[in-house]
Amino acid sequence: MIIKREYITRVRKKSFLIMSLLTPLLLALIMIVPLWLATRDAPAREILVSDKSGFFEGKLVGDGTVEYDFYDQPIEILKEIAFSTGKYGVLDIPDVDIDDPKGITLITEHSASIEVKMKIEDQLKRILEDHKLEISGIDREKLDNIKTSVYIGTSVINDKGQVQSTHTEVAYIIGYLGSFLIYILIFAYGVQTMRGVIEEKTSRIVEVIISSVKPYQLMAGKIIGIGAVGLTQFLIWAFLTFSIYSIAGLLLDFDQMQQMNQGGAMQNTAMNAADTEMIKSVMEKIDSINFGLIIGVFLFYFIAAYLFYGSLFAAIGSAVDTETDAQQFQLPVTLPLIFSIVVLAAILRDPNSSLAIWLSIIPFTSPAVMMMRLPFIANEISWDLYLSMGVLVLSIIVTTWVAAKIYRIGILSYGTKPSYKLLFKWIFAKN
Amino acid sequence: MEHILQTASITKNFGDFRALDDVSISIEKGKIFGLLGPNGAGKTTLIRIITKIYAADSGKVFFNGKELTEDHVLKIGYLPEERGLYKKMKVGEQLIYLGRIKGMPLDHVKERLKYWFQKFDIMDWWNKKIDELSKGMQQKIQFIASVIHQPSLIILDEPFTGFDPINANIIKKEILQLKEDGATIIFSTHRMESVEELCDNIALINKSKKILDGAKQQIKEDHKENIFEIEHRGDLNGLNGFVHVLNTKTIHDDLYQTTLQSATQISHNDLLRLLIDKVEIMSFAEKLPSINDIFISRVGGIRE
Repeated sequence: MIIKREYITRVRKKSFLIMSLLTPLLLALIMIVPLWLATRDAPAREILVSDKSGFFEGKLVGDGTVEYDFYDQPIEILKEIAFSTGKYGVLDIPDVDIDDPKGITLITEHSASIEVKMKIEDQLKRILEDHKLEISGIDREKLDNIKTSVYIGTSVINDKGQVQSTHTEVAYIIGYLGSFLIYILIFAYGVQTMRGVIEEKTSRIVEVIISSVKPYQLMAGKIIGIGAVGLTQFLIWAFLTFSIYSIAGLLLDFDQMQQMNQGGAMQNTAMNAADTEMIKSVMEKIDSINFGLIIGVFLFYFIAAYLFYGSLFAAIGSAVDTETDAQQFQLPVTLPLIFSIVVLAAILRDPNSSLAIWLSIIPFTSPAVMMMRLPFIANEISWDLYLSMGVLVLSIIVTTWVAAKIYRIGILSYGTKPSYKLLFKWIFAKN
Repeated sequence: MEHILQTASITKNFGDFRALDDVSISIEKGKIFGLLGPNGAGKTTLIRIITKIYAADSGKVFFNGKELTEDHVLKIGYLPEERGLYKKMKVGEQLIYLGRIKGMPLDHVKERLKYWFQKFDIMDWWNKKIDELSKGMQQKIQFIASVIHQPSLIILDEPFTGFDPINANIIKKEILQLKEDGATIIFSTHRMESVEELCDNIALINKSKKILDGAKQQIKEDHKENIFEIEHRGDLNGLNGFVHVLNTKTIHDDLYQTTLQSATQISHNDLLRLLIDKVEIMSFAEKLPSINDIFISRVGGIRE
């Protein structure tokens, strides 16, 4: 009943709906919009070129996004023509030294876009390079073949002696995502639990309710109810993100993306070889990652960490009268949580260091740290994962017990600002 | 005499402070019981022990003769002195929730709510948030919340604070109606006029100790000081040593009102006979002490 109320009143709030829908949408937008902008066909920018060197005419050719027209008229006249006919701008190439071209200017009505500027620069550069290569007698194809790029694949030998390929980059991203999600969700919903308790206390309804149910039930109901809200939100996020990406993938023309890749490939075939190998490896790795395990472990750590921190937050809420007072007690609870995010970089450097292992066992830091380590160790479930889970479960029992003790007394004491000493006394008070 | 609730030698300490010291009270079924005492005497603590919010350090509570359990608590309706409701929740939902956690099935809660909403004529409050109601309106909602589950024992801690006289009267009527319907009511207050009006039995708690309890009428009898108020024509003179005049007022011409105090052993009739010989008696009444007087004399007396 309590769980239901806590859950329903929160889920029905407009802010919950907005947060649930908007967050994945925003995330998706951030990812998709640049892609979409990049693939969209912009109208060709027409540029009038005045080439006093006479070197580029015929070599500088438009490619659909930028079109060039060569003119012999003086630059002033070109400018007038350009701006009166709505052309993009005028490219002024003075009689430059081919070995050291200086003084090339793009004159536009409004500031030139970086995209156009880079495009022109790139084209001019290639023309000049080709020219120099030709003079030196080097074939461009040969040069491209000389350029080498190395990609090291990583793999581990598991306890059955089989070699499994790993992918550090992918593991990194998944680990980071996992621990950050845990961190954010626990923080948000832990504080919500605390607020809920403070609200009940300050509105004094708590006395009515605990004359019907036991304080412990009320606290547990609140924690579980809010936890369920968090879980719902996470599932909505996961579901929406997944569906948005699938839809977006369909909408965005796949050929177009491939074209883009090929366009890049033309420019840098050698790099591309390594790229493809890396992409292949990433794909393989994504396939080889035990997503079932990671999601399962994530859910476990999310729920467990929430219960662990949620009960501490509830205890804080019960002990104080206002949220301002709560800050004093919040710090020691949130500090390890923040700490576990701060040390992620160190964990990343060596996911199997003793520091990493210990931090993933200590219950205060274990959820975030373990999520970070998990993709690195997921191929073989090791003893420390079980130990970490076990310790966390035991700790939940301890913290909820302590929290219930504080809660029971705290919820009805008003006016006194509790000290740590007093809280300690409450924990060991008999009634 | 049947008791719905008894406390046996309840003692409760908060740290070094003794909030209740060996308090035993018995509450008669179907009556209104006044739990009286000055601020900080321990009334609220005792109530919280009865509602199982606190556990007593020693002593026991019996409900219908059996030791108090969680199930019994569901049969108690409690209106705390510090009122509170979820501010952002709608009135209807809130009351349904409060009824449900008392173990009522949903249909039943709705049916009872309809009854109360019609009674108070507040049907249109259903979808309002508590925030939007005035203080007096919130009090009414809180009152409904404490009786929604038709408790057999209703504990009202200062039920009239925050009500204007009209609404206080409505609540008073409802309390009497609930009693009529068979509920027992514990009524905790330090306002004596409502005690005078409503209570059948009282207990007086002061400084953590019960100093007095019993039937209201009996307590008044026990505390009477043989004071009589008479109206009479003619001067009242020549009384013997057993009776002395405390005070005389002229009402009209030779109509007087006199307050007398007699010695304990003189019966009402003897006193009347004595008076009839002297003057013409228009009215004769014994003046019993008010609960207020008793409260002040007992509590004040201990303070000295």
